This record gives sequence, structure tokens and C-alpha cells, in this order.
Amino acid sequence: MSDLHTVNKSPFEKNSLDSCLRFSKAGSAILLYEDGVYGALKGTAVENLIASAVGDKKVYVLGPDFKARGLADDRMIDGVEVVDYAGFVDLVEANDKVQAWV
Amino acid sequence: MKFSIQVNEGPYQHQASDSAYQFTKAALEKGHECFRVFFYHDGVLNGTRLTTPPQDDRNIVNNWTELAEKYDLDLVVCVAAAQRRGIVDEGEAERNGKDATNIAPRFRISGLGQLVEAAIQSDRLVVFGD
Repeated sequence: MSDLHTVNKSPFEKNSLDSCLRFSKAGSAILLYEDGVYGALKGTAVENLIASAVGDKKVYVLGPDFKARGLADDRMIDGVEVVDYAGFVDLVEANDKVQAWV
Repeated sequence: MKFSIQVNEGPYQHQASDSAYQFTKAALEKGHECFRVFFYHDGVLNGTRLTTPPQDDRNIVNNWTELAEKYDLDLVVCVAAAQRRGIVDEGEAERNGKDATNIAPRFRISGLGQLVEAAIQSDRLVVFGD
């Protein structure tokens, strides 16, 4: 029994990432995509939010969206995993349900 | 596995229509089934055939139509959201006394019950939008 949570807005624009991290249970998967990928950057005000979640939750970033914003992989927080659209589909399949934090 | 997709955001607004399209395409290419794509709120604007983006830009509406043709998708536009935003098919034009239609090929207008049914009939419902 695990859920996939998706976050598509930047943590500097909305508090959906913060809500997602507060309400999601340990063992959940969290996918950052669209502007949500900014949450996976090192050296930002919200870095600790993600870095501390990586322990008991799995955090993923949609690679094409990260790349589309000109971000290099070495700027990504350690422990965050990169997936493509096929990987996004696999995450939806592997978890029991999907919660979009919009 | 059987998926349904909900799109709540208009095309060319942020990225939700593109994400939903790319996700649906990837799922179908992996051999999954798509029970229905439901367009709600500004998402209904994905269903107007009058869209004319610049030639070097993607045509999101045509992308949906082509994907629907290839995989026989059920693209459903919410009727109440469509009426508010001027998305019209033959039946709606007749009912509301409009002089034109603009629904894109392979799209159809129906009610919210179609979303509920999609949620019940599918293994997963994935929501895209603001």
C-alpha cells in the first residue's frame, strides 16, 4: 500500500510541495515535474525539505522537465532519482493511487 | 493496466496539457490501456479545432486527435465547462441556438458522470493541471 504524489508547481510559487511532504506517509513516492522540478535543486531555501524527505520517501524528478529548464544533473539533491515519461508511467502502475498536489 | 487521465488546464497555458499528452502517449506505447481522457475546467480548450499555433510550434489539439485516431481514445469534454468557454458540437449548437461548432475531431462533449465512470472503471486516474 503506497501512494504516488505528484507536484507540478515550483516551491517558490506555491506551497504544494510543502503540503505534499507534510501529508504524505513514509514509503510514499513523490514525483516532481513541470515547475515542480525546482524543488529538487541544491542550495535553495527548500533544499532541507526534500533532503530530509529522501530518507523515508522516494523522491523522483521528471528528467525531460529538469533538462528543459536548463538545469544540470549535478545541481540535483543527492538521493533524488531521475525518471522519463515511461518511468512516470511505471510509478503510476507501481503505486496504488496517484495524488496530484495542484 | 487501465488508466484514465483528467486534464484541468488549457493548452499553451503552463504545461499540463503537454504533460498529460506525453504521459498518455508513453502509457499507450508501453501497452497500457487508456479508458478515457476527461477534459475539465479550462482543459476543455484542448478540444477546439480552431486552434492555429505557429507552424514551428506543437499543435496540442491535433496531437490529441492523432493520438485518439491511433489508439481509438475516448476524449471527453465536460459539457458545463464547455458551454462556459464556447466549445460547441452539433448537439450543443442546436440546443443553445449557436451558429457554429468548433469541436475538434475525435472529441465529444458529455457530462461529469463520464469522469466518475472513468474513475470507477480504471485502475488509476491521473490528474494534470493547476
